Amino acid sequence: MSNQTLNVFMPIAIMMLLAALLFGGALLAAHLLSPKKPGGDKDLPYECGEVPEGSAWSMFNVRFYVVGLIFIIFDVESVLMFPVAAIFKKMNALGNGTYILIIFLSFISVLLEGIAYCWKKGDLDWVKSYKRTTKIK
Amino acid sequence: MENTIAGYFLSFAPVQHLADSLGVGFTSFLIFFAFCTLFLVILATVGGFGTIAERKISADLQARIGPNRVGPYGLFQLIADGIKMISKEDIMPRSADKFLYYLAPFLSLFGVVCTIAVMPFSKNLILTDLNVGVFYAIAISSLVGVGIFLGGYASNSKWSLLGGMRGASQIISYEIPVTLTIMMIVLIAGGLSFNTLVAEQAGMPWNWYIFHNPFTFIGFFVFFISTLAETNRAPFDLPEAESELVSGYHTEYTGIRFGLFALAEYIEIFVVSAVSVSLFLGGYHIPFGLLEGTFSNEILQFGSLFLKTCALYYVVIWVRWTFPRLRVDQLMSICWKYLTPIAIFNLVGTAIWIVAFDGRSMFDLFFGSGVH
Repeated sequence: MSNQTLNVFMPIAIMMLLAALLFGGALLAAHLLSPKKPGGDKDLPYECGEVPEGSAWSMFNVRFYVVGLIFIIFDVESVLMFPVAAIFKKMNALGNGTYILIIFLSFISVLLEGIAYCWKKGDLDWVKSYKRTTKIK
Repeated sequence: MENTIAGYFLSFAPVQHLADSLGVGFTSFLIFFAFCTLFLVILATVGGFGTIAERKISADLQARIGPNRVGPYGLFQLIADGIKMISKEDIMPRSADKFLYYLAPFLSLFGVVCTIAVMPFSKNLILTDLNVGVFYAIAISSLVGVGIFLGGYASNSKWSLLGGMRGASQIISYEIPVTLTIMMIVLIAGGLSFNTLVAEQAGMPWNWYIFHNPFTFIGFFVFFISTLAETNRAPFDLPEAESELVSGYHTEYTGIRFGLFALAEYIEIFVVSAVSVSLFLGGYHIPFGLLEGTFSNEILQFGSLFLKTCALYYVVIWVRWTFPRLRVDQLMSICWKYLTPIAIFNLVGTAIWIVAFDGRSMFDLFFGSGVH
C-alpha cells in the first residue's frame, strides 16, 4: 500500500528531474555553440546607453511590502478554507448543509473583515492619502 | 495506482506481462518517464508555436503579414528562433548576483513544467491524479513569480528591479482572486483532484461549471482576467512593459536564458488556459458519450481539451493586441477593490446556492435533471 501511495508522486519527481535536464541541456548547448567574449561595456547593466550610477539594490517603496503582507493574510486564510470547501458537498449530501454553510461563512466573514479594514485604512490605494490615515487611528 | 497513467497502462495484459518480469515499480517508472518526456516535448512545441501564433495573430489584427520566410507560412520560425537563441552570447552583468541570476530562469521553467504533472488531458491521460491536484497546481505555479522577482533582483539593473518588484506584487495580488475562484469550483465538485473537478461536467455544454449557477458565470471572467495578470499578459504586462521599463525583469538576460524565460511564459499561458478549461469549460469531456470506453475516446477527449485550450489561447492573444496597458495603481485597485470582493461574493453565493438547491445546476432546476 505504501508503495502505491509513493507511485502517485513519481511523475512529479520525474517532471522535476526533466525540468532540470531541459534547463541544463539548453544551457549546455548554448555553452558549446555561443561565442564567449566577456569584458567591455556590455557587462554593465543596461541604462539606455548611459554609464549606470550606483547599484540598483537600494531602498524600495514600502507599498510593495504592504501588498505582500495583505497577500499573506489572504493566502493563509484561503489555505485554511480549502479543507472546508473540499468536504462541503459531502456534508451537504449528508443533510448538514446549514451547519457547514455557517462554518464556511464564518471563515469568509474573517476574510471580509480583513479586506474591509485594509480598504478603510487606505492600504488598498496605491497612493495612500493622508486624509485616510489620519481619520482612523 | 488507478488514478495515474501507469495504473491505466498496467491494466492491459501485455504491460502486465512486462510488469511481471521487471517489477511493478520499475515498469511504472518507465511508463511515467516516457509520458513525462512526451508531455514535455508537446508542451515545449506548443510554447514554441505560441510565439509564432502571437506574431501571426498580431500581424493579422494589424493588417500585416507577419513572419513568412522560414518554412510554409513561417511555421518553422520557432526552429530559427531556437538556433538563434542558442548561438547568441550569454552575457551576465558584472555586478549581478551570480547564483540568483542563474537560478531565476530555472525557477520560472520549473514552476510551469511541474504543473503539467497534474494536468488532465483525458480521463486516463493524466500523469498523476493527485488527491490535492488543484492545490498542488496553485502552489507550484507560484514558483514562476519567485523566478520573475529573482530575475529582476539579481540583474542589479534598475529597470529589472522595477519590473521584478512590479511582477512580484502583481502576481501575488492576483493569486487571491484565482484561489478564491478555484475554491468556488471545489465547493461544487467536492474534491481537489482534477478528475473530480472535471467529472460532473460530462456531456453537453450546459453541464459545464461556467453555466452551473450565475456566480460561476461571473467567476469564469474573474478567473480569466486574473490569469491574464498572473501570466503577465497585456493589458497586465507591467513587469515587462517595454515602453516604460525597456524589457522589465529580463532586461539583462540574453541568449538562451532569455529564451527559457520566454518559453516558460508561453507554456504557462497554455497550462493556465488548460486549467480554466478544466475548471469551467467542461475539461476533456465530449458530448453524446462518443466511443465510450475505447481508446479512440481518449484521443477525442484529448482533442476536445486541446481545441478548447487553443481557443482560449487565441482569446488571450487577441486581448493583448486589443487593450491598452493599465497603470500600476489601476492594476492594484482592479485586483483588490474589484476582483477580490467579486470573488468573495461569488464564493458566498455559490455556497448558499449549493445548500439552497441541493447542488443542482441552473439547467437542472429549469428543465429537470432528466435531460442531459
